[in-house]
Amino acid sequence: MANPGFTVARTAQSAISTNKVLKNTYLLLAATLGFSAITAMLSLALAVPPWAYMASVIVAMVLGIFVLPRTANSSAGIGMIFLITGLLGFGLGAILSMYLALPHGPQTVGLAFGGTATIFLGLSGYALTSKRDFSFMGGFIFAGMMVVMIAIVANIFLQIPALSLAISSAIILLMSGFILFDTGRIARGEETNYIMATYGIYLSIFNIFVSLLQILGIMGDD
Amino acid sequence: MELFLKIAAAAVFILMLFYLWPAYKHWQEHGPKAQKGDWQAALLPLGAVVVFVIVLIMAVR
Repeated sequence: MANPGFTVARTAQSAISTNKVLKNTYLLLAATLGFSAITAMLSLALAVPPWAYMASVIVAMVLGIFVLPRTANSSAGIGMIFLITGLLGFGLGAILSMYLALPHGPQTVGLAFGGTATIFLGLSGYALTSKRDFSFMGGFIFAGMMVVMIAIVANIFLQIPALSLAISSAIILLMSGFILFDTGRIARGEETNYIMATYGIYLSIFNIFVSLLQILGIMGDD
Repeated sequence: MELFLKIAAAAVFILMLFYLWPAYKHWQEHGPKAQKGDWQAALLPLGAVVVFVIVLIMAVR
C-alpha cells in the first residue's frame, strides 16, 4: 500500500524544486537583461559599426550551440551565459545607434522596448496562471523555426524587404509560442536547469525586440 | 568584410538547422498530442500578440 505521507512529501519537494528553478530563472534573466543593457550602452557610446551586430550574433550563436550546453551544469555556465548575453547586447547597440539616428528613431526604439516587455510579461503571466501544458506546441514551433532559418539564410543574400518583414512577423509569433512553451515547462518542473531555461527565454525576448524594431522601423516610414 | 560576415552568418544558421533537427524529430515523435481546447488556449494569447503588434504599427504610422 502506498504511503500517503511519503507521496505528500515528494509532491511538496517537487513543488519547492520547481519554484526554485522558476525563481532562479527569473533572477538570472533579470541579471542578463541588465548586463545586456550595459553592453548595449557601451556599444552605443563607442559608436561601433553595424557589422558588429552580425559578428556578435555569429559568435553568440556558436557559443550557445557548442559551449553553453556543456557548461550549463557547472558554475562556468553562469559566466558563459553572461558572455553570450553581453555579446548580444553589444551587437544590439550597433543597430540601436542606426535606429536612434532616424527622425522617429527614439520613439520606435521606445515602442519596441515597451512592446517586448508587454508581450513577455503577458505571455509569462498567462502560462504561469493558466497551468496549461503547452508541450503539444513543441513539434509545431521547431518546424516553424526550421522554415524561418531557411528563409533567413536566403534573405541574407537576397535582401528582399517584404521577405524580411514576413520573417520578423513569423519570428514574433514563434518566439511568443516559445515563451508559452518554455514557461510552461519550467512551471511544471520539466526544465530543471535554470541556466538553459534563462537562455531560452532570453533568446525569445531578444528576437521579439529585434523583430519588433524591424517591423516598426519599416512600417513607420523611417 | 560584409560578404565574409554574410557567408559566416549563413554557415552558422545552417549549423543551427542541424542543431534544431534532433529537437524537431524528438517533439514530432515523442511530444504530447494536443487535447481538446489546448490549441484554443494557445491561439488566444498568440492572437492577442498579433493584435498588439498591429496596434504598435498603427502608433508609429
